[in-house]
Amino acid sequence: MTKGAGQLLFQSSDWNFDTLSRTYDAIEAIALGELKLDVYPNQMEIISSEQMLDAYSSVGMPLMYQHWSFGKRFVFEDHLYRKGRRGLAYELVINSNPCIVYLMEENTMAMQALVTAHAAFGHNHFFKNNYLFRQWTDASAILSYMEFAKKYIAKCEERHGTAAVEAILDSAHAIMDQGVFRYRRPPRLSSERERERARERLEYEEQTFNDLWRTLPRTTAHHNRAEAERDARERKKALNLPEENLLYFLEKTSLILEPWQRELLRIVRVIAQYFYPQRQTKVMNEGCATFVHYTIMNRLFDKDRISEGAMLEILQSHSNVVFQPGFDDPRYSGMNPYALGFAMMQDIQRICTEPTAEDRDWFPEIAGNGDWRSTLLDAWANHRDESFILQYLSPTLIRKFRLFLLTDSAGDNYLEVASIHNERGYQAVRAALARSYDVGANQQDIQVIDVDLLGDRQLRLQHNVKNGVMLEEASRDATLRHIRHLWGYDVSLIGLDAETGEELYECSTDEDM
Amino acid sequence: MANFIDRRLNPKDKSIGNRQRFLRRAREELKRAVKEQVKSVGIADVGVGQKVSMPTRGVSEPTFQPAADTGDRERVLPGNREFMPGDRLRKPQGGGGGGKAGAGTGEDEDDFQFVLSRAEVLDLFFEDLELPDMVKLSLKETMTFKPRRAGFAITGSPTNINIGRTMRNSQGRRIALRRPKQSEIDALLEELAELEKKPGRQASERIAMLKAELDRLERRRRRVPFIDTVDIRFNRFEQQPLPNASAVMFCLMDVSASMGEREKDLAKRFFVLLHLFLKRRYERIEIVFIRHTDEAREVDEETFFYSTQSGGTMVSTALAEMLQVIEERYPPSDWNIYAAQASDGDNISGDSERCVRLLSRVMQLCQYYAYVEIIDERESEIFARTDNGTSLWRAYRTIDGEWPNFQMTRIAKPADIYPVFRKLFARQSQSRQLRK
Repeated sequence: MTKGAGQLLFQSSDWNFDTLSRTYDAIEAIALGELKLDVYPNQMEIISSEQMLDAYSSVGMPLMYQHWSFGKRFVFEDHLYRKGRRGLAYELVINSNPCIVYLMEENTMAMQALVTAHAAFGHNHFFKNNYLFRQWTDASAILSYMEFAKKYIAKCEERHGTAAVEAILDSAHAIMDQGVFRYRRPPRLSSERERERARERLEYEEQTFNDLWRTLPRTTAHHNRAEAERDARERKKALNLPEENLLYFLEKTSLILEPWQRELLRIVRVIAQYFYPQRQTKVMNEGCATFVHYTIMNRLFDKDRISEGAMLEILQSHSNVVFQPGFDDPRYSGMNPYALGFAMMQDIQRICTEPTAEDRDWFPEIAGNGDWRSTLLDAWANHRDESFILQYLSPTLIRKFRLFLLTDSAGDNYLEVASIHNERGYQAVRAALARSYDVGANQQDIQVIDVDLLGDRQLRLQHNVKNGVMLEEASRDATLRHIRHLWGYDVSLIGLDAETGEELYECSTDEDM
Repeated sequence: MANFIDRRLNPKDKSIGNRQRFLRRAREELKRAVKEQVKSVGIADVGVGQKVSMPTRGVSEPTFQPAADTGDRERVLPGNREFMPGDRLRKPQGGGGGGKAGAGTGEDEDDFQFVLSRAEVLDLFFEDLELPDMVKLSLKETMTFKPRRAGFAITGSPTNINIGRTMRNSQGRRIALRRPKQSEIDALLEELAELEKKPGRQASERIAMLKAELDRLERRRRRVPFIDTVDIRFNRFEQQPLPNASAVMFCLMDVSASMGEREKDLAKRFFVLLHLFLKRRYERIEIVFIRHTDEAREVDEETFFYSTQSGGTMVSTALAEMLQVIEERYPPSDWNIYAAQASDGDNISGDSERCVRLLSRVMQLCQYYAYVEIIDERESEIFARTDNGTSLWRAYRTIDGEWPNFQMTRIAKPADIYPVFRKLFARQSQSRQLRK
């Protein structure tokens, strides 16, 4: 490495496989040697823009089953791209082992270097080390699982017809957001065979029970109240209710689904679960990757391994990525996760090395510890966006971004500024920003609470309404119809205020049938 | 050490299957959009790749979404300049509030436009007209090709070897490289045979020399083969489009008050279909629009379909106008003349006979004449199998018997249009088969 120091990695802006791999090695030396990153082996793939569009429309997976909604996304992206309204990403990275990194062929060599540092080391390190990814997804199994899923669905289409498969997938996609385990860890994909056997046994039992139920008289006699309640308690216990994962519940319990249809639900559920951590770590993931590429590129430049021209190009691209327009700017479209994540990580570096008195008050445990590398490694490994912001957003940054907190009540015709970047506001702004990144809390909390298998078999769902935010009615009813399609009998949804338990609304597929 | 893989050569149309699924899904919406387009664009533009605006409602993917205007929310925004705690701001109109932060995670896609390929548009257009598959296929094909000789090539399949050329090249090469001729060798062999009969020292010397010479010639012949691969020439064929002549299409329509929106829409589809057919066969097509009430005039397409004119109905004026236009601009020797007439069958009494006389003259000039009478859907039952009808209908029946290239029918809905042209397409597919 020392021998190569001071020698430019590449001269022209055109890349070839020689310069690519030379640059990769130089970047790897810094990433592993200096930043102490820990990554999956990388598989770098060069793709063209059409292939990038393809990858976009299949939610970034290299293998994906076929469905019209991906075609819709493709047509949409393709249109925007051709109109010049949206550029394509320079790279795409897949949380798998080995980690697959797509590089666009149009990139200049300087961009390829930037992107390699960003994706192949930044994202890759994050995927491998962050606790959410470690616990909730299985990087080494995902590709083979997707291959299985694609083949399985193609086989189903052959056997049962495209329309039948599409109908199940449509319904399953509608409740994909309600198809993840938020609080308990999902089982690993690797013990596939065992689970398969367990599932088949369960199905068998279910089918035998169904036959028995069919012989029962249709009308249920009136129980007395206490008895009915005891029954309800018992069956809830038997079905493990309440259940937050609707897809899981339908897959296991639905009375009308065939085994292959259950398998389709399972596939959709596994994919939803796979992407769940990504949604919770947008700021950290992008921040980590941006911080890593910025640090590595600067190190390379300091060692005279890249030219000033290339460095300028890299910096220009970098500053575009971390640009955060103000709320009243026409370009504003929410907080830029790159900007926020990168700024926070740079700020942690600053706090560790040159803390102010304020920082010492706010972050006594890390201020001035001098070891920003391990502080960052620790943060990357053990936080998600919500906790990361709650833990590390400093007053300095709140002032820098000039953050302020607005409250918005549906009843009022005004918005009120609740807090700004001052001594009294820091805590409130920080807590509110952290809350806004809590995916679990922001998503609609809808759970299965009861189903009377012996009675009318109506599936009862409960929506815990937080802060009075209701569901949009048209899409709610359409989604309920999808659930009914999977369940086979009527579905009702009751909205309860999460604080008071007061009933806010009730609706059912019964009425609009 | 990283593992670099070049994927650029992998197939890139991974999304094609998904796109087709999406189109199938959106079929109803797209059909409606294409129908609108057929109404609004010119006849000649139907079937050119079209931009279709796709309303999202047909292909929405519902999920549980928060309703925008309920509940209490908090937002953290960057870029504060002058706000102090307690300041109140008016809510921006339209709900959103503070950028798009509240508008939800649902993809921000209103109606979006995309371009359908020509084949996709025609598919949707034909579906309504219930065209047979064979016809659909032949309409979508824009050009026919025929292989033509186009010189020679150095590669090709053995069946295409051009022997004359190959031999000529071979001979030239043999001369240039001085390949020993068979006659030279024959002469030497003869001399050798004679010498071998009379022994002697001189003779044996000569024999040795001749043998050496013979050996040299044989070796040379082996080195310079009779036919070398460089000599071989193949006949080259090029796919050339068939020469297409010009055609002119006359659209005749009654525009008196009795022709309403529905009638005109049907008439337009009728004209479009004929135009598509012609476009497939001819390189250059002109369209002449003649509308008539009790007098006929040549107009542009816009006026033809969209402006109304009051007055009686005298069909013969249109035919007279058509004859005049043909005489002035489209000599039948240079032009293939096609005509399509749409009417609701009304005609002033006594005019129908005149029509028959004029039409007989027109038929001598025309390749094809199609007449459709647009009737009410309720009437279609009554008229289904009778020769009765309006005076014009009865008058045209006589022509129908006389001329094979005259077609007439009553139509009440789009699916009725195709039978008018059936013969036209049938003849065409026949001739296609003959050509093959």
